[in-house]
Amino acid sequence: MEAIARISSRTVVLPIEDIDTDQIIPARFLTTTTKQGLGDHLFADWRYDADGRQRTDFVLNRPESEGAAILVGGHNFGCGSSREHAPWALVDYGFRAVISTEIADIFRNNSLKNGLIPVIVDAPTHEWLVENPGAEVTVDLESRSLMLPDGRSVAFPIDGFSRYCLMNGLDELGFLLENASAIREFELRAS
Amino acid sequence: MTARSLFEKVWDAHVVAPESVDRPAILYVDLHLVHEVTSPQAFDMLRDKGLKVRRPDLCLATLDHSIPTVPVMSLKDLEIVSEPAAARQLIKMEENCAEFGIELHGFASDRRGIVHVIGPELGATQPGKTIVCGDSHTSTHGAFGALAFGIGTTEVGHALATQCLLQRRPRTLAINLEGTLGPGVTAKDIILRIIGAIGVGGGTGHAIEYRGSAIAGLSMEERMTVCNMSIEAGARAGMIAPDDTTWEYLAGRPLAPRGQDWDQALAHWRKLPSDAGAQYDKSVDIDVSELAPMVTFGTNPGMVIPIDDAVPEQDDPAFRKALAYMQIEAGKPLSGQPVNVVFIGSCTNGRLSDIRQAASVLEGRRVPDNVRLLVVPGSERVKRDAEAEGLHEIVLAAGGEWREAGCSMCIAMNGDRVTRGQLAVSTSNRNFEGRQGSGARTILASPLTAAAAAVTGVVTDPRTLLS
Repeated sequence: MEAIARISSRTVVLPIEDIDTDQIIPARFLTTTTKQGLGDHLFADWRYDADGRQRTDFVLNRPESEGAAILVGGHNFGCGSSREHAPWALVDYGFRAVISTEIADIFRNNSLKNGLIPVIVDAPTHEWLVENPGAEVTVDLESRSLMLPDGRSVAFPIDGFSRYCLMNGLDELGFLLENASAIREFELRAS
Repeated sequence: MTARSLFEKVWDAHVVAPESVDRPAILYVDLHLVHEVTSPQAFDMLRDKGLKVRRPDLCLATLDHSIPTVPVMSLKDLEIVSEPAAARQLIKMEENCAEFGIELHGFASDRRGIVHVIGPELGATQPGKTIVCGDSHTSTHGAFGALAFGIGTTEVGHALATQCLLQRRPRTLAINLEGTLGPGVTAKDIILRIIGAIGVGGGTGHAIEYRGSAIAGLSMEERMTVCNMSIEAGARAGMIAPDDTTWEYLAGRPLAPRGQDWDQALAHWRKLPSDAGAQYDKSVDIDVSELAPMVTFGTNPGMVIPIDDAVPEQDDPAFRKALAYMQIEAGKPLSGQPVNVVFIGSCTNGRLSDIRQAASVLEGRRVPDNVRLLVVPGSERVKRDAEAEGLHEIVLAAGGEWREAGCSMCIAMNGDRVTRGQLAVSTSNRNFEGRQGSGARTILASPLTAAAAAVTGVVTDPRTLLS
């Protein structure tokens, strides 16, 4: 995995609460056996109408959203199904961070393993982001902070181990495999 | 010794290496449930890295999500009845399990079924175990006093390769349920009521323990319905203390311990319930005595009301968006709303007792011609047991369809789906936009309420039909 230190980008704002992973990637696209190409189906039922035409009123279809790598979502982003296809689709589309006041547990875990940084901020900061779509912001892993264009810096929580893995491009599996002897001892103890 | 909760006891017993500020705990997994949709990329990862499955004996694999619910006895049938991408995924699962030495309860297996239905019915789900699966409804198994939670595909790979996961310990939430359920009110109504009370994010970061007399009085199948939807309140795990009801259910199941092993296991299981004085990070009290059948009106399971209540009004964009999608008006009750489809099944309500309840309403009644009723047993065993009781004949005589086991119309991945704009009353777990098919509208309810909608053609309080 690629090492990430900071992401600087304009934001795309989708201020709907409780966006579930069925919206991020509908189940009919889960018959894939790879991770690639899911970006085409990201938010499929919000991006396209029944005939497959782009809905011009959906934020991702607006010209100003093109190339943006940071998504600002409503409270409780990524709830519902555990499908890792949701972060795969977001990353494949080009997103590298998701900002919300709350991010669902499984989605947050899955994101951290795919180079998609979950950023949880306080309500006033979130409100500012929602009111200023397209703002140039920076998610900085080194300082664990979100930097706003007016110079403000807002700290966000991130698990230390996940941060270390993201910043060094490490796969968490490597750490588990290094602990094979402890796992073996546990199995002997338990049996 | 300090008093510990059920969750703490199970967690503590599975810590291979404790957590610190710098790293999560390494948690051992006793049972890994595997299905075709969230595993192919994990098996590819193993191949890429040249890894084996560490403990194939601790994996239980089946085909459920993308399998069609018309009979498939062989790959040849699959070519004919399945959508091609789903068929490729199912075949891939057969290949992956064969290559990595995992026993698969696949086509033509009489043990096949929804992963959260077969784990318990085979007796693989046991108190005190840690159970994971690449599926958020893994919380179901918490009904046995197991710590069971959903994981993503990367973690499926971790569990396959190491039988362990890196985990931060969640906080605990006690939900105390007291009172006696009235007639026509079920476990499904309890969990919908809970989600309505605490919200779809109310359990985020927590493992729930459902406690109290209303829980102790539930059967295992009812407890599974409650724990199943813990994730719809944001909690990855929902647990219930094991008791006599639990042992009675497990005794004699194919994978349950036997003889001396059973006695030993039982002695261990009896120590699992939370100690008096165990502390929880949060707690919520709910009395179920006045509970009515619950129905959802919006696009998440927290948007739920008693069936007699009017749909609330709320000046909020997400709320208005949900009602617009559902084509439902605020200020009016849902009763009387015409329905197109009724789905009875899923890991929430696809067990024998659910089908019995539905049949009790369907018996001697007829589904109107303009309504489609689909009844899908949660497993092949549920199907056989229901057929032995003649329940399929009741479904068929009412004009319903009786299918093979699978996730079916809950996830709409292979053939069974609600078409655009149609309104479904469903015993499944998610009323998200498009969950049951692109543009489909879903009302979540109990099997009794769903069956009542099927025979009347409109949303109906099942209590008006009970004899």
